[in-house]
Amino acid sequence: MTLLQVSGLRKSFDETDVLKNIDLTIERGECVFIIGPSGSGKSTLLRCLNRLEEPDEGIIRLSGVEITGKVKDINRIRQKIGMVFQSFNLYPHLTALSNVTLALRRVQKLHRAEADIRGLEALGEVGLSDKAHSYPGTLSGGQQQRVAIARALALKPQLMLFDEPTSALDPELVGGVIDAIRELQAAGMTMVIVSHEMRFAREAANMVVFMDGGEIVERGSPTDVFENTSHPRVADFLKSFT
Amino acid sequence: MDALLLQFFSLDVAITYFPKMLRGLWVTIQLAFFIVISGLSLGLGLSLLRALKNRLLNFAIIFFADLMRCLPPLTLMFIFFFAFPLIGIPLSGKVAAWLALSLVLAAFSEEIFWTAILSVDKGQWDAARATGLSFSYTIFDVILPQALRISIPPLTNRTIAITKGVALASAVAVPEMLGEAIAATSYSSNSTPLIMAAVGYLAIFFPLTLISQRIESRIRWSL
Repeated sequence: MTLLQVSGLRKSFDETDVLKNIDLTIERGECVFIIGPSGSGKSTLLRCLNRLEEPDEGIIRLSGVEITGKVKDINRIRQKIGMVFQSFNLYPHLTALSNVTLALRRVQKLHRAEADIRGLEALGEVGLSDKAHSYPGTLSGGQQQRVAIARALALKPQLMLFDEPTSALDPELVGGVIDAIRELQAAGMTMVIVSHEMRFAREAANMVVFMDGGEIVERGSPTDVFENTSHPRVADFLKSFT
Repeated sequence: MDALLLQFFSLDVAITYFPKMLRGLWVTIQLAFFIVISGLSLGLGLSLLRALKNRLLNFAIIFFADLMRCLPPLTLMFIFFFAFPLIGIPLSGKVAAWLALSLVLAAFSEEIFWTAILSVDKGQWDAARATGLSFSYTIFDVILPQALRISIPPLTNRTIAITKGVALASAVAVPEMLGEAIAATSYSSNSTPLIMAAVGYLAIFFPLTLISQRIESRIRWSL
């Protein structure tokens, strides 16, 4: 079953075409990795999917329902699409638990007690129940990123977007975040991950999408892209990682 | 030494003018209080409107802020006090002073709030919007709490400056503390009332700076 369908997506900043006619279909439960050199439009594509960036052209459908154009309640739709950022973006003035429950209370209008239960559940899923009342400033980068994952999970999204979730982490903290994402995958979550962790992509991806210059250059199974690519641009890029 | 004590610290003069000075202090405190409340509220409101990014509205806000920051407050006070009656809106000295200084404080504090809002990391907006928070929830729950913390030190400075500016109100016949002190100094040919006024200002500002430090340290959440 198709969860997300992107067709003819275009986006430009000033005179630069950042996304040129992107088509992408993602099935429910799939784990899709987007890789490519910096400036290739990976993050912009991801940010268009929940309309943090407004696409210039093209249609995005979530479970068959169009979410581009004159959609009335984009905030409702955003709840179905969780997003995790490179720099965590936790709210520094709120505890871990309040970070997780803010949207539950404000958008889903849950009472504090109810929201706290859901929040603690989500923190439990990333192994941080004991940090519920800590402020982000007192947590390690890896813990902060897991709180950010819990914040997205608490809304029970259908789709999770990860924008270089481990790029800002010290190497020894990457593992914990990757484990949290793996558990999500095991639970059947549909995910789109922009990442430079090639080994992670090779192991976890159902589909790997290689972008360059605002276009999808190649897409396929990890074996297709990592072992048997026929595109020189892809081969060049992968060479830089070995 | 005796001459100095007599000229600046005369007990007799102090006792004579004490009631007048106390009334002046009360007028200054009252005016400052209302100016700070309305000035800061208006400034905050304008900075929030500015966050809506409506081009026309922003043009108006920026024009207002630049104008009020450039004009001497005394000029504004005179306009309200002397010119408004001519177009059928008579204002008392107190109201003219309150209005003028509130507008000036609003202009300065709007800039302070706005700069603070801008200084909050863009990722905070992303995170809030990505979880489906509306613009107003994003502002009130995520952006403002962080912006306010940054604003407190410059706002304290502005509040002190504007409270001292209340002294200008004596020019529109408001019996505030410094004006009363200067008058008393001429009547008595003695400078003690000025020292009394100085003590009065200290009595206002010390608690104010303490409160500001309190608030600041209270919301120091990150290490």
